[in-house]
Amino acid sequence: MPSIRPAEGVIIDGFRLERRIHNGPMSSLWLVSRDGDPTPMVMKLPSLAEGEDVSAIVGFEVERMILPRLTGAHVPRFVAAADLSRTPYLVMEKVEGQNLAEIADAAPLPPERVAELGARIARGLQELHRQRVLHLDLKPANIMIGPGGDAVFLDFGLSRHDELPDLLGEESDVPMGTGAYIAPEQIEGDRTEPRSDVFALGVILYELVTGRLPFGNPQRKAGMKRRLWKDPTPPRKLNPACPDWLQEIVLRCLEVDPYQRYATPAQVAFALQHPDQVTVTERGKRWRADGPLTVLRRWLRSGNPRWERKPPISEQVVGAPIVMAAVDLGNGVDALGELLRIHARRALDVDPQSRLACVTILKTALLQVESGVDAQGNNLYVQRLIALKDWARPIGLDDERVSVHVLEAVDAAAALIEYARKNQVDHIVMGARANSALRRYLGSVSAQVVAEAPCTVTVVRLAQP
Amino acid sequence: MGKREVTSALLTAIFADIHANREALTACLADARRRGAERLVFLGDMVGYGADPGFCVDTVAAEVAAGALAVRGNHDEAVGDLQASMNPDATRAIQWTRGQLDDRQKAFLAALPLTVVEDDVLWTHANGWAPGDWGYVRSEIDAERSLRATPYRLTLCGHTHSPMLYHMAPMRPPVAFLPPRDKPVPLSRTRRWLAVLGAVGQPRDGDPAACYGLLSDSPPELTMARVPYDADAAAARVRAAGLPESLAARLLNGR
Repeated sequence: MPSIRPAEGVIIDGFRLERRIHNGPMSSLWLVSRDGDPTPMVMKLPSLAEGEDVSAIVGFEVERMILPRLTGAHVPRFVAAADLSRTPYLVMEKVEGQNLAEIADAAPLPPERVAELGARIARGLQELHRQRVLHLDLKPANIMIGPGGDAVFLDFGLSRHDELPDLLGEESDVPMGTGAYIAPEQIEGDRTEPRSDVFALGVILYELVTGRLPFGNPQRKAGMKRRLWKDPTPPRKLNPACPDWLQEIVLRCLEVDPYQRYATPAQVAFALQHPDQVTVTERGKRWRADGPLTVLRRWLRSGNPRWERKPPISEQVVGAPIVMAAVDLGNGVDALGELLRIHARRALDVDPQSRLACVTILKTALLQVESGVDAQGNNLYVQRLIALKDWARPIGLDDERVSVHVLEAVDAAAALIEYARKNQVDHIVMGARANSALRRYLGSVSAQVVAEAPCTVTVVRLAQP
Repeated sequence: MGKREVTSALLTAIFADIHANREALTACLADARRRGAERLVFLGDMVGYGADPGFCVDTVAAEVAAGALAVRGNHDEAVGDLQASMNPDATRAIQWTRGQLDDRQKAFLAALPLTVVEDDVLWTHANGWAPGDWGYVRSEIDAERSLRATPYRLTLCGHTHSPMLYHMAPMRPPVAFLPPRDKPVPLSRTRRWLAVLGAVGQPRDGDPAACYGLLSDSPPELTMARVPYDADAAAARVRAAGLPESLAARLLNGR
């Protein structure tokens, strides 16, 4: 295999090696430049020396396949690559910002900061999953927090793209990942589970809020497998400042059974962004890890875990939607409100782990200070919240699948669109009133939402006679 | 999509199991030309089952005269082999087919090679271990048998009428991958590959759309292209020819 020895000043396919910024067992990273191109770039050169781990080569191949297929703010932009028939390399745009590992050095961090960072990572992860890629090696060292606050993911050497052959698929006996962060099903060789990334995210959240790793940092499969039966010390025991809702989120991400975790990263982000809407169960209130008897019972049962065969990754990613029902409660629950409820139910029925965000708008006047209190002195905000809960109750969802939000806004459509964007809503269900001269003049809220929403929109209208 | 490497890629269109389906072949050829295919390969079973063997043989023969590659399939062979053993429907269809082809067309089929090798690529109808015995590659075990029987990096075959891709790293068993419709799959050079093409003229993977392959050499990528075509017309011709009804019905449901 022809190979150039990397050194400062060496030029590979027009890229000049400026400075080595990382030298690991699998690869080295160099800052590179190219004539007439001001973009700061990084070249990754896999280690191909005699006797090196073959997984370095496979990992390079995997990343070389996947990175060019990814776009957006949460991945380094692909620039160029050469394959193993020449000097193999991968050039990508340099990611600015701070490595999460540096941020994690200061852990335990304040809970609000943990929630904010966690939501950013979860939102980025959702974008990754939407592009049909599971990262499968999430850890602080592989996450950058960019200058704008976006999480950017690095190192796709262990990743899985739903539409590409899994070059690591035949290695199913060896756990592939990082001992501290790897999900239980990954230890057993399952590389098809989007919730594996949710588990790793849970480990990261745990680390940020406690300063400790929930399962230590085992290097061997036997040590990694302990997490199948030995639950971690609850974060609140290690950091009393950790609120119960945050512990609830962290421990739910860390559930052994993937189906007990959040279904998607977007649902984790949603919970982290709406602490008041998190249903705190026994998980969040726990003060100690399970006793030896419970652990022993789980150990006995864990002899032969069988992860079910699942639908394709792409179906799973769209499978558990966040449905947002935009409910107009100006006139109470009328016929349109009832019809909206039926359609919201249908949108939720696609997946038992879907969740519903009920949203209503409390119009605030443009030029007057909103008192928030009506003529009888009742708090309008609280009234709407109560009315919204009442609207949602007949749908019959468990508390943890539904949340209610009153948005105070001047522009209803803009507020709904912004909410959908921020919460990575998959499907908006909203009503539209019958046409009227006034509506034609003012323009309808639903028309604007349909035009600008970042997702699917169902507009519900009562049949016209 | 990011930038691709700058190269002059050669795009090869691969047609397996045409099975005398004029409508499907015409649609796939037109689709391949539209996508810029510069070279054609026919992976056998040009005839059998379908109602237009003469047209399909003439079309393939004209392409071969113009530089296309073609290999022989078991149905092509059975035209000239009265002892060929096949299932009852196939036997009825091949008896009918013999009456439809003239000597020149039969001679073309009889003269086709069982395999063609180009550099590190093997083209064959059924498998690499015994191309003339017509064993199927239907599993990772079959794929391993085929890959271990030859030194070639890439094997392309048909015969099963269901697309599948197998990849094998050094010292590892092969892994199957169902290629998504119309999505290019990179064929990493660090491992060996066996591609089973779907059928042009009689798909059996549940998708009645005609299937053919597009192989790019740089970067190495294979796409299983699907082309919806007038299957009703093809089925009507099968019925009009008096061929078994099941051969018409399966064109419509892809089973």
